[in-house]
Amino acid sequence: MNAFEPALREGQSGQIGRRQPRIEDDALLQGRGRYADDLAVAPGTLHAAVLRSPHAHARLVGLDASPALAMPGVHAVLTGEDVKRWARPFPVGVRQPMEHWCLAVDKVRYVGEPLAVVMAESRYLAEDALDAIRVDYQTLPVAVDTEAAIAADAPLLHEAVGSNVVSERHFRYGDPEQAFAEAEHRVALKVRVPRSSCTPMECYVVLAEYDPASASYDVLANFQGPYALHTVMARALKVPGNRFRLRTPPDSGGSFGIKQGVFPYVVMMGLAARKAGAPVKWVEDRLEHLQGASSATNRMTEIEAAVTRDGRVTALYWDQVDDCGAYLRAPEPATFYRMHGNLTGAYAIRHLVVRNRVALTNKTPTGLNRGFGGPQIYFALERLMQRIAVELDLDPLEVIRRNLVPSGSFPYRAAAGALLDSGDYPAAVEQGIHEGGLEELLAHRETARREGRLYGIGYTVAVEPSISNMGYITTAMTPEERRKAGPKNGAVSTATISVGPLGDVSAHVSSTPQGQGHRTVVAQVIAEVLGVPLESISVNVELDTGKDAWSIASGNYSSRFSGAVAGAVYQAAVKVRDRLAGIAAAQWQVEASRIRFAEGQVIVNDSELSMPFGRLAGATHWAPGTLPEDEPGGLRETAFWSPPQLEAPDDDDRINSSLCYGFIFDYCGVEVDRITGQVRLDRYVTLHDAGRLLNPDLVDGQVRGAFAQGLGAALMEEFTYGDDGSFQSGTFADYLVPTSVEVPEPLILHRETPSPFTPLGAKGVGEGNNMSTPVCIANAVADALGIADIELPLTPSKVRTLIGIEEPARPQGVGEDQTAPAAGGGSRLTASDSVTLPGSPQAVFDTLLDPETLQAIIPGCHALELTGENAYRADVTVGVGMIRARFDAQVALSDLDPPHGLRLSGAGTSAMGSAEGSAQIRLTEVEGGQTRLDYDYDAAVGGKVASVGGRMLQSASRMIIGQIFARLAQRMGGAAPRLSLWQRLKGLFAGRGGRS
Amino acid sequence: MHARADQRIRVTLTLNGRERSGYAEPRTQLCDFLRHELGATGTHVGCEHGVCGACTVRVDGRASRSCLMLAVQAEGRRLDTVESLAEEEGLSDLQQAFRRHHALQCGFCTAGILMSCEEFLDRVADPSEAQVRDMLSGHLCRCTGYTGMVQAVLDVARTRREATVPDSQQENNDV
Repeated sequence: MNAFEPALREGQSGQIGRRQPRIEDDALLQGRGRYADDLAVAPGTLHAAVLRSPHAHARLVGLDASPALAMPGVHAVLTGEDVKRWARPFPVGVRQPMEHWCLAVDKVRYVGEPLAVVMAESRYLAEDALDAIRVDYQTLPVAVDTEAAIAADAPLLHEAVGSNVVSERHFRYGDPEQAFAEAEHRVALKVRVPRSSCTPMECYVVLAEYDPASASYDVLANFQGPYALHTVMARALKVPGNRFRLRTPPDSGGSFGIKQGVFPYVVMMGLAARKAGAPVKWVEDRLEHLQGASSATNRMTEIEAAVTRDGRVTALYWDQVDDCGAYLRAPEPATFYRMHGNLTGAYAIRHLVVRNRVALTNKTPTGLNRGFGGPQIYFALERLMQRIAVELDLDPLEVIRRNLVPSGSFPYRAAAGALLDSGDYPAAVEQGIHEGGLEELLAHRETARREGRLYGIGYTVAVEPSISNMGYITTAMTPEERRKAGPKNGAVSTATISVGPLGDVSAHVSSTPQGQGHRTVVAQVIAEVLGVPLESISVNVELDTGKDAWSIASGNYSSRFSGAVAGAVYQAAVKVRDRLAGIAAAQWQVEASRIRFAEGQVIVNDSELSMPFGRLAGATHWAPGTLPEDEPGGLRETAFWSPPQLEAPDDDDRINSSLCYGFIFDYCGVEVDRITGQVRLDRYVTLHDAGRLLNPDLVDGQVRGAFAQGLGAALMEEFTYGDDGSFQSGTFADYLVPTSVEVPEPLILHRETPSPFTPLGAKGVGEGNNMSTPVCIANAVADALGIADIELPLTPSKVRTLIGIEEPARPQGVGEDQTAPAAGGGSRLTASDSVTLPGSPQAVFDTLLDPETLQAIIPGCHALELTGENAYRADVTVGVGMIRARFDAQVALSDLDPPHGLRLSGAGTSAMGSAEGSAQIRLTEVEGGQTRLDYDYDAAVGGKVASVGGRMLQSASRMIIGQIFARLAQRMGGAAPRLSLWQRLKGLFAGRGGRS
Repeated sequence: MHARADQRIRVTLTLNGRERSGYAEPRTQLCDFLRHELGATGTHVGCEHGVCGACTVRVDGRASRSCLMLAVQAEGRRLDTVESLAEEEGLSDLQQAFRRHHALQCGFCTAGILMSCEEFLDRVADPSEAQVRDMLSGHLCRCTGYTGMVQAVLDVARTRREATVPDSQQENNDV
């Protein structure tokens, strides 16, 4: 039952809906926040560092941690062997024979996959020791591109599955065949949504302890929920839920969904603490975070609409492939199913066919990221609506208008099952048009175009789902599978309010806020209901599964706070109020309905009777004997709330995937620079109907933040991988996110249609612009350039290519940049050069084959040992940019053709990544008894080193190779070469000099 | 002075007006030293490669990335961190403006941003919005979209200017 009515009874204080400054800010502004890395640790705590794979796909042949263990300050190393002994793979949402352990046990499947954990007395020492662990890999072919990974002949990540497609489901709603058969037009589009992340400024932090006496784990982590993952972690740790206590710190440095992905590390560090026999602390660094933490799911979509002549869409066909990375990590494949019920967006489209496939590739596993599932859906749907307008020569706004869910039809059951709770979409669009100044913007476009500028306008409408149905994920199963597994549905929220002996009010919620200001809103709701000053209320948002009220839906995700959690707070406050009203009514012998709570007083309406709130509440502690008979004394109330509208999927796969659906109407004007390809956002208007607003300042803050991230996703942000699976976005200099000069202020408009399904009528609002902004900007760029194929992010170079202007010829004397990141490697470099050396070709040849020479001419070579026929093992330090890596390298001389030429090749791995390369050397006699040495080289790097920009690698490799031959020349200029290795060995290996 | 890589060296500096000492290895980053040796955890570490600006502190008055400085380089210097900003009577004008303009959400990047803003306001009394945005572009914030910060800095610049204008001139301006 909706409890909105009683709230109005309390309405005198006006706390709910007020622009209340945040109670969080005083501490945060003074540097007194308590984030996970700021908390005190137990004496004897060890610091952990994680060893990660430099290869995207390789079999683990061996791992030797003993050199690391011998280093000073190192206490223990956790490896896959320990994990197999003490833990289990993580449970997964689809039934397939694939295992995901917290450390790799048989193979590594993405660059950055954890292999081992070093525990040492400081983080510095632990990181040092990572380099000493020796790992033997047998590299395997990779499946990186989504389309290639689902092809029949693709290398398999999980061989037992027999395919990289680990889930496929088909859905049909209404009569799409007939609708397509009758359609006057069909409009189709193929789109891709890239990988990105909202990258919280604070990385992951875990503090773990293991108590052997009770065989229990106690872990503090900046985990954000959902707490359904508590069960996943407990199962992986092989303990009952009550032997795995998970706690969160008072403050979090942002999450945006991403901190859901800390859960494998919670398990890993629990096991690390068990291995070390001491508490363990781990703080992730930024490179680890970007490379290996989590990512939004990249998607390929083919979408087609059946359309009437006037632009009315009668049916949609969706064919979607989600790329979830190397492992299907809970809650995936939720990126699909979170949005499943509202696949038709804000439109009344009754017929639908859907094919959903989940692909695994050699990339980082995906997870929650603000807007979860939304950007993927709306990029396809709203780009399609724009294409319909173009192809049918209609105004895009008119196409939107003709398809909106009509006014007066709420709650509206969408084709795939969403029960759109409230709103008036056509009225909202008209409001946005008028209040946002669309007419002016259209006139501006007219002027700009007349002047020959590239100017476009984009539109988007979207429904923003909030408060996820915990049962939506079972839509990934067939109805038969669901029947066997038992129903899953609902979403339980909790809130606890207690009043102390001095009348002081404390509250606890299990929403684990990540910066949104939940404490402020909780205090506002309580102040409204109990009539106590807001400043007097203490709100605790730390969650401790060992003693707090929580459930699987607890946590900070699916924009569930204002609708669900604030609603539970309201209900708990009402319970406290009603108990106190009962006590006061008995004392004063009046009807409880006459009692009112305001300004710190308990008042009887239309009378002189009143007393301080604290005095009445204190009596529950000090004088329980004076209370009415049914009053137990003490004052602490917990509310649990789950909405009945969140039902399990039905047998026709209809699912109400969320409780609330806000409405968004966005439009924007962009100007594209013809010369640079830069997209400048001229004006952005965003209208939201998120139900009742509890604190409009915080709502606007959410909209601004989501807008900035949506802008980043539209124009800048992408996790890129080389064809070999190397990760290329490892720093904030490579993964660009918007700064203050790139983010304009959007015009934010509101309307408030209360939700009939939440206690306070509020809906979520935190994710909308992550869903709507990327495609709105894309539609504007499509309008500006008049093209259909738009791929995000719209970086200047990509847009420049779309504009398609002939690039002027390169000025003379400027060399070609031969970095070719797309072809073959993380970064692949080729070049050629020559050098003239003193001495005959034979002398040069012999010198090259001398191991001492080889050691002397390889820059940074510490040691070189012969390991076989013209093969050496070398210990080499190479510096590129800010990275210095010590490589364990195999160096070989092959294709020996004395004295005309040979091939020098090398391959190595280091803590910084892998590198390989070879140089074909040709020797020609020139005048004066000299030799010209020509060389062509080809080098590739992967792993951490590859995250350095290609230009930097190009110049570094040119310098290193140049050094080799300069040193050779130096050496040739000196004493005559001694009897070379070749000369010593040629008797043994004559004529067998093949490739090694 | 030469020190072994693992040798712990005594570093003495003036932190927020007080002389403080602690021990650091030659390779210890200044941000780690401040946070874990001196307990000044208000300064946060966001990227450790000098891009995000979260760890910005003032070294002899100048805004500097404490992740790109070694602790030993701070020997004998004056360091000011976010903990220095509040006054006896409460939040400073800049902190109050941040609160008023909702210029922070999670607050993790805020410490460094406040230090850059303070240095900027010391140098530029009458900044344009473009100048403020340019200064702030040395910091990454993923929560707010920056609007509140820009407004807060412009707001503080205005009130500080008004406070320093002599009365007579103020009158003239009013005319």
